Amino acid sequence: MTVRESINGRAKAFRYGAALLILLGIAILAAASLGAENISLFHLNDAGSTILFEIRLPRILLGACVGASLAAAGAGLQALLRNPLAEPYLLGVSNGAALGTMVAIVLFGSFDYARPVLAFAGAALSTFAVYQMARSKVGMNSERLILSGVIVTTLLSSVIILLTSLLDATRLRSFTFWLLGDLSQATRSGFYICLASAVIGTLILSTQAKALNLMMVGERDAFDFGVEVERTRLAVFAASAGLVGIAVSASGSVGFVGLIVPHLIRLAVGSDNRLVLPFSALFGASFVVIADTAARTMIAPRELPVGAITALIGCPLFIWLLRRN
Amino acid sequence: MLKVQNISAGYGSRDILRDISFEVPEGRITALLGANGAGKTTLLRTLNRTLETRSGEVFLADMPLSEMSRRDIARGIAVVAQENETSFPVTVQEFVLSGRFAHGSTFGWETVADLSAAETGLVVCELADMRDRLMNELSGGERQRVLLARALATEARVLLLDEPTANLDLSHQAMMFRLVNERSKGCGGSAVVITHDLNLASEFADEILLLKKGEIAAQGPPGKVLTADLIRSVFGVDVLLDSNPGTGNVRVTNLW
Repeated sequence: MTVRESINGRAKAFRYGAALLILLGIAILAAASLGAENISLFHLNDAGSTILFEIRLPRILLGACVGASLAAAGAGLQALLRNPLAEPYLLGVSNGAALGTMVAIVLFGSFDYARPVLAFAGAALSTFAVYQMARSKVGMNSERLILSGVIVTTLLSSVIILLTSLLDATRLRSFTFWLLGDLSQATRSGFYICLASAVIGTLILSTQAKALNLMMVGERDAFDFGVEVERTRLAVFAASAGLVGIAVSASGSVGFVGLIVPHLIRLAVGSDNRLVLPFSALFGASFVVIADTAARTMIAPRELPVGAITALIGCPLFIWLLRRN
Repeated sequence: MLKVQNISAGYGSRDILRDISFEVPEGRITALLGANGAGKTTLLRTLNRTLETRSGEVFLADMPLSEMSRRDIARGIAVVAQENETSFPVTVQEFVLSGRFAHGSTFGWETVADLSAAETGLVVCELADMRDRLMNELSGGERQRVLLARALATEARVLLLDEPTANLDLSHQAMMFRLVNERSKGCGGSAVVITHDLNLASEFADEILLLKKGEIAAQGPPGKVLTADLIRSVFGVDVLLDSNPGTGNVRVTNLW
């Protein structure tokens, strides 16, 4: 076997890319027809079409964008921080975004665009804080990084709880749901913003994929071999904060997507970030659509927050990864 | 090829190197010797500007490194550093190919030139049948050969090696130096090698640079630098010198 046959990333890209797109298509169609009210997509009546186009599809498509955003951001952060356990939710990035969103709701309740902007700011600030805390003179190890994430997450959670106590009782319940990750508040404008951010963010991350292939082995190494380390770090942090911030402002903190999805993708295609980043986005989209369909249907007509489902899958995986490392 | 002019360097408030000048001409291997903490690795890191110098300048083919981009430097100078570990499943082949980063675009797939350079690196380092193994499953010596293969794959003309033979068995030590030698002599390149093995330096280096507390204690061909007095002054040990009956080069024996 020569290098040419076995490394053929292009063939892999087409094969897996096509499979993941088909999976996403199937997931969206299934999600569209399943729910408290089962809808036949081939014989739509008026009520069915209202449910489908006004309620279900916006939610499904938003879920796909949120999943893509969180998974791509997770994959990018893992490579950058050289740590397969890095995840937006565990690093406090999601909570930073959640706090930003809350501030926007409390201060600029009526202004739609304040939420994504402040969520992005919150995500960026908490990323920066965790990164600075985890760094030491001798570099950064897993334990330091996770601990810093826990501390920042805890701190932000208490601030969030303080702020929630300012809300009235009816908003409190919907807010608690939202904090756990909830797609039921999907709106068309939220979907458009999230779609734009998912696409742009994943593209920015993908331009850094080759540099990340070196960075995930070592920063000094990457520098030796021609990577502008600072520039790559800034691009990946900014893109991840944008992806997470905007996803969280639309759907709350859906946890563990950024951990589960890139991990499964790496099992299938290896560690080359040129494949891992875009494929994580594609698979993340299907994953959240499927998880949210489960959240909607499991105890229908009542609903679970989708974050509860992803956490149920993600926690055991995290423990397994931690033990294996 | 590589010219070092009056450089000083250090970390934070600590000065490590003071006013160092030397040249690595084309086709030559220079060995950097010195006691622990003498500044060998620091010096090596300034040679590709991984560490900024406080003063002075390093030139690659008459071009000051401070005016070159990271990619330009990486195309001209490749590094075999002390090994790194990764928690990701990276294969030997992917690792070697990542050395081609400075060639071509910063994204997209490798070109045929990239693939064949990597293939050559894998073959000469005797790694061809290990290409699909994962980096974190290799032994220390195997990993060191992968690091050399990646450096060779860059096709850079200058190689900087930090204790490249530390984990290698005798036959692979010879392989390492044979390959470095071929790159230096055959392709008009040159190499700077840090080693603790005075006999390896004597056999394979054209020049030896003896560092003591951040300054150059001696510089010249092995026969001139490896003297009992200099070794005592730099390493604080007494040695016996004779010549290797096989090659005629200086042989150093520690008197313990």
